[in-house]
Amino acid sequence: MTDHGAVTEPGDAEPDADSEAAEPTDAADGDATKRTGAESVIASLETAGVETVFGVQGGAIMPVYDALYDSELRHVTMAHEQGAAHAADAYGAVTGDPGICMATSGPGATNLVTGLADADMDSEPVVALTGQVPTDLVGNDAFQETDTVGVTTPITKSNYFASSPDSVGEDVSTAFALANHGRQGPTVVDLPKDVTTGETEVDPVEPEVPGTVDVQTHADDEKVAAAAQTLVDADEPVILAGGGVVKGDATEELYAFATEHEIPVVTTMPGIGAFPEDHDLALEMAGMHGTGYANMAITLTDCLLAIGTRFDDRLTGGVDSFAPDATVVHVDIDPAEISKNVEADHPLVGDAGTVLDQLDEAMPGSPETDDWVAQCREWYREYPLDYAAPEDEPVKPQYVVEAVDEATDDDTVVTTGVGQHQMWACQYWTYTEPRTWVSSHGLGAMGYGLPSAIGARVAADDDQSVVCFDGDGSFMMTCQELVVAVREQMDITVFVLNNEAIGMVRQWQDAFFEGRRMASEYPWVPKFDTLAEAFGADGFRIEDYDDAPGVIEDALATDGPAVVDVYIDPTEDVYPMVPSGGDNGQFALTGDHL
Amino acid sequence: MSERDADAEGLPGPAPEDRRRPTGRRSSQGIRIDPEAEAEHPPRRTVISALVEHEPGVLARVSGLFSRRQFNIESLTVADTQNDDWARITVVVEEPDPGIDQVEKQLEKVVPVIHVRELETDAVTRELVVVKVDADRPHEVHAITEMYNGKTLDAGPRTITVELTGDEQKINDAIDAYRQFGIREIARTGQTALARGETKTAVVPDHLK
Repeated sequence: MTDHGAVTEPGDAEPDADSEAAEPTDAADGDATKRTGAESVIASLETAGVETVFGVQGGAIMPVYDALYDSELRHVTMAHEQGAAHAADAYGAVTGDPGICMATSGPGATNLVTGLADADMDSEPVVALTGQVPTDLVGNDAFQETDTVGVTTPITKSNYFASSPDSVGEDVSTAFALANHGRQGPTVVDLPKDVTTGETEVDPVEPEVPGTVDVQTHADDEKVAAAAQTLVDADEPVILAGGGVVKGDATEELYAFATEHEIPVVTTMPGIGAFPEDHDLALEMAGMHGTGYANMAITLTDCLLAIGTRFDDRLTGGVDSFAPDATVVHVDIDPAEISKNVEADHPLVGDAGTVLDQLDEAMPGSPETDDWVAQCREWYREYPLDYAAPEDEPVKPQYVVEAVDEATDDDTVVTTGVGQHQMWACQYWTYTEPRTWVSSHGLGAMGYGLPSAIGARVAADDDQSVVCFDGDGSFMMTCQELVVAVREQMDITVFVLNNEAIGMVRQWQDAFFEGRRMASEYPWVPKFDTLAEAFGADGFRIEDYDDAPGVIEDALATDGPAVVDVYIDPTEDVYPMVPSGGDNGQFALTGDHL
Repeated sequence: MSERDADAEGLPGPAPEDRRRPTGRRSSQGIRIDPEAEAEHPPRRTVISALVEHEPGVLARVSGLFSRRQFNIESLTVADTQNDDWARITVVVEEPDPGIDQVEKQLEKVVPVIHVRELETDAVTRELVVVKVDADRPHEVHAITEMYNGKTLDAGPRTITVELTGDEQKINDAIDAYRQFGIREIARTGQTALARGETKTAVVPDHLK
């Protein structure tokens, strides 16, 4: 209902309350300092430096869209509000600045929920502006009314119900500041229609966080000194770099620290890009589908320097077998993450870059790590990421990821959906720069791939490529966003690693449910190249190794959006694998190990 | 980073049981433990006081936080304070130590929350209860009420309603004493508390005063 009609036929979308919206706003008449609440919302965004907004029109948000009409802000109309939220999330991930999404009340706002939950889990800066029914109808189950503040409270950093045209601008500024402050995250401002149509003389204010919010960036010096001593005394230290290193723009500090003190670096999935994966000290990603060498290192380390990670269970496996010998130094800007899942021996609350500099200064020397680094390299040789790829078999997905990596520049932004393809994109792409890896980590939201590629495209530099790896199941969930990529002529290349299944579920069913493949096989997926063409995008297909290099080259060379339907080997599974809640050091390399 | 090896047959490296194993262990709460003496934290009951901005929805945020994080909440009270802009939320929780630590830290993250602390065991804590009992033996009911320094709020031919205040233990004892008469209904407020003596229950940063 929100997707149609409202843009061209306001009356259809909101039969009860269209009259006030249909009237033009009269801020231009009379007193020049007067503006509507909606204009105040837009002015606040402009004051905050926002350039792009992702959204979908609708009844209750119309006054805000009307104010956008006269604004310099770029609006990217998405096909579905979930797409708007994911695009804003990816925009935040690539730029580090809050991404903005807008939706109408009721269904518009509820469609944002998945994207907001995703941003909350991954600490991405997102500001959502939602329409709401007029305040005199709030609470009466009015048309398209949902308690948006109530619904989004558990999945946002904070949210606001705008109560007056005079304060709505400040609400938006506060939400923006909060989304961007300390540990980033999503915020919501719910905008009742009478608040956005009402008038105010209050000017927009600079973004400012509420006085109750106090973020500590500099860790306690004594604690830093104790942690530094522990690190120097360690024989087998490992740095575990989480998403906080990337979000805190601390990758240079991390690189300097790790290389100066010769400490191997393992990343979490959101931490991919924190440390160049082609470096000798890089052990890449740990956890459920992490590399064997990363998992051996974090299991056997005697001192774990964890930075900006919340020790998700996909990373730790069972906490009782996670780094059991390690003294844990935990750096995080959010004190609530310290000792939440894994008890920290040295809690260092502060900004990743600042604390790394502090630690570096406090280090009385460097640990003796020659043997340990050699041991890690040995594991690197013992447990390489590899796959069997005879030429006559269907194309291996890992090969496609590697081939696309080879055919693109280092600064290419990779976004993914969720599933097996996402893990292959983690494992077989060599990430060397921060903010080039965009994915749904904590929430694991299938359908994240295409809308996030759109958000990343808007955020990335013009000469940066944007590539999306998706699965057939994940792509099906948001493929309607192709319409956006076509309309905006966005240079995005989507590789659908098509195994006609929700492959990860099928893999688990084979491993843990005796192969009872209930509802995981998708033999009826469309031809994605033809689907792309129906939307007006370029469609390609890879059926065997002979096609692959040429098609990859052609698809990447396409200026607008291109979709490559890759018929991958449907029997291919993701390894290494640590079963849920298992012991990271006992990762399975094949199904026989499970 | 890995080179594609067209001839690779499966993956090399020792199988899980042949790999080097760590010697240490952690408890299910993620705490490194001595394998000889597995130390789990037993739950304990404590009072946490939060000073919050007095604005709509703050109680919903706090109570929602407790429910979605599965903190075991025993009682929760909230009302305004000496400053009209502030309200005080007093929560009694029963959690192991890491859980209590998390309750404090998560509460601190809620934007309208000004200050959070766990109160000392000597804090001044009080609860109010209203008990309605059968009026068959009014003199005995009155005697119990006197014993607990309570007050009779309403006495009729069939029911007597009394009010008591005190710490949690006293309230529990009094309710036990009233059971002999037949309790019809109970309404308890939950505990509210302040730190004892000069100790501040909440520290408010200067810019918010």
